[in-house]
Amino acid sequence: MESSDNLLVKMEKAGVFINNKWLVKDVSLEIEKGKIITLIGPNGSGKTTTAKMALGLYKNISGKVEKFTKKIAYVPQKISIDWTLPIRVFDFMNLTSDLQDQEINEALEITGAKHLLNNDLKSLSGGEFQRVLMARAVAKKPDLLVLDEPVQGVDFTGEIELYELIKKISETLKCGILLISHNLHVVMSKTDHVVCLNGHVCCSGTPISVANNKKYQELFGEDVSKILSIYEHKHDHKHGVDGSVEEN
Amino acid sequence: MFDDFFIRALFVGIGMALVTGPLGCFVVWRRLSFFGDTLAHSALLGITIAYTMEINIALSVFIVSSLVALMLLKLEKTTNLPTDALLGLLAHSSLAVGLVVIGLIATIRFDLMGLLFGDILAVNVNDIIIVWFGGALILLVLKLIYKPLFASTVNYELAEAEGMKPEKVKAIFTLLLAAIIAISIKMVGLLLITGMLILPAAIARNISSNPKGMVIYSVIAGLMSVLIGLFSSLEINTPSGPSIITAGLILFVLSLIKIKRSSQLKS
Repeated sequence: MESSDNLLVKMEKAGVFINNKWLVKDVSLEIEKGKIITLIGPNGSGKTTTAKMALGLYKNISGKVEKFTKKIAYVPQKISIDWTLPIRVFDFMNLTSDLQDQEINEALEITGAKHLLNNDLKSLSGGEFQRVLMARAVAKKPDLLVLDEPVQGVDFTGEIELYELIKKISETLKCGILLISHNLHVVMSKTDHVVCLNGHVCCSGTPISVANNKKYQELFGEDVSKILSIYEHKHDHKHGVDGSVEEN
Repeated sequence: MFDDFFIRALFVGIGMALVTGPLGCFVVWRRLSFFGDTLAHSALLGITIAYTMEINIALSVFIVSSLVALMLLKLEKTTNLPTDALLGLLAHSSLAVGLVVIGLIATIRFDLMGLLFGDILAVNVNDIIIVWFGGALILLVLKLIYKPLFASTVNYELAEAEGMKPEKVKAIFTLLLAAIIAISIKMVGLLLITGMLILPAAIARNISSNPKGMVIYSVIAGLMSVLIGLFSSLEINTPSGPSIITAGLILFVLSLIKIKRSSQLKS
């Protein structure tokens, strides 16, 4: 099988049971190189838990999670940094790797945060910090990139830019991306595979098939799904102009 | 060269400051000051054991402190008590047990003040060797684990997700703390060890903007505390251990001026 070479993470019926409660269970999915998988679902549906399982952050899980790479970059949802630490963007970029100055500059450049290089991490706004987090992940040139709501705190135009960037990253680095997003409509057109969670895998497949899925519509309400399909439609047009990104 | 007691004290003090500077930064960053205090308290028990069993003080203190540290890690996992309560429990009970043991072995007369505050002027050449070799070893290990330790201090999950071993380096760091307490207990005493760990790092935090800078300033602040403290204790005949810490306190107050300035600049 030629796909096994590209396989980065394989989850089989994986779940986490803590304090007499399933955070999420029976999640099966595969993350492959060059593909973007998006996790969607309501609050508390186990999106972050699933991402953390894929990263190997839980000691005791049921089912099976296999990882086939060590080059991993992670953009967590919430990052609380203790401000007793004096730390600049530059130091943060080098947190888990030793990068050349040029690599740092390039990565900050593409996420639009180059001017922040010598700023104190503490002084950044939510959106700026998010861009720095992304830059740090990109600079590591990972095989597997896990992004947990990477656009929170970023304004709308910045948000679209960042999603374009994620697409670009997956194309240039040929890495697998596991993306968690609350913003369904923007994400959809950039994604190869969508997994909709609600404590378990509610449905999964291509973006359009998920959007048309009854279970998905029940979960998010018909209105949301309608908006979604409209956006999906818009994006189809955009791509017609752009080129044949969708066609691959 | 080591004939003079004052020269010996200087050598030991400088050796200590070189080690407590970088270690202290991590103690402050990881909010471990009370933890260091607990280890220091448990050192008293280590000392009494060393006396009763006639083994090396540093070794005995290191073993007891490490055991207390491991016990804490274990209790954190098995009980629902918050860490600060467990630390208090371990600190005071190990101190109490230490004092009870002293009471039991009436044959040995302890200089309790010496244990609590140390006597840097009474160090011998052996102590200098222990501090410098032990200190070099501690710094070497710290350098080896610096990256993962720092990364997991900034964000535990991020470090773990990206392939570092935060739990392992945490355990190693704990042993390093036990080790510095073991080699310095005789000099500054158990009440002042946390002071030597925290004061230089606190001074450095006030005047630095990046982690490496803070480590360097912390070493400098520690060296200055030792030099100022020792020389003034010689001049005005004050107890040397507490004088070192008092010198550190004065430096800390001075370092506040810098904070005030930079916050004025911002506004």
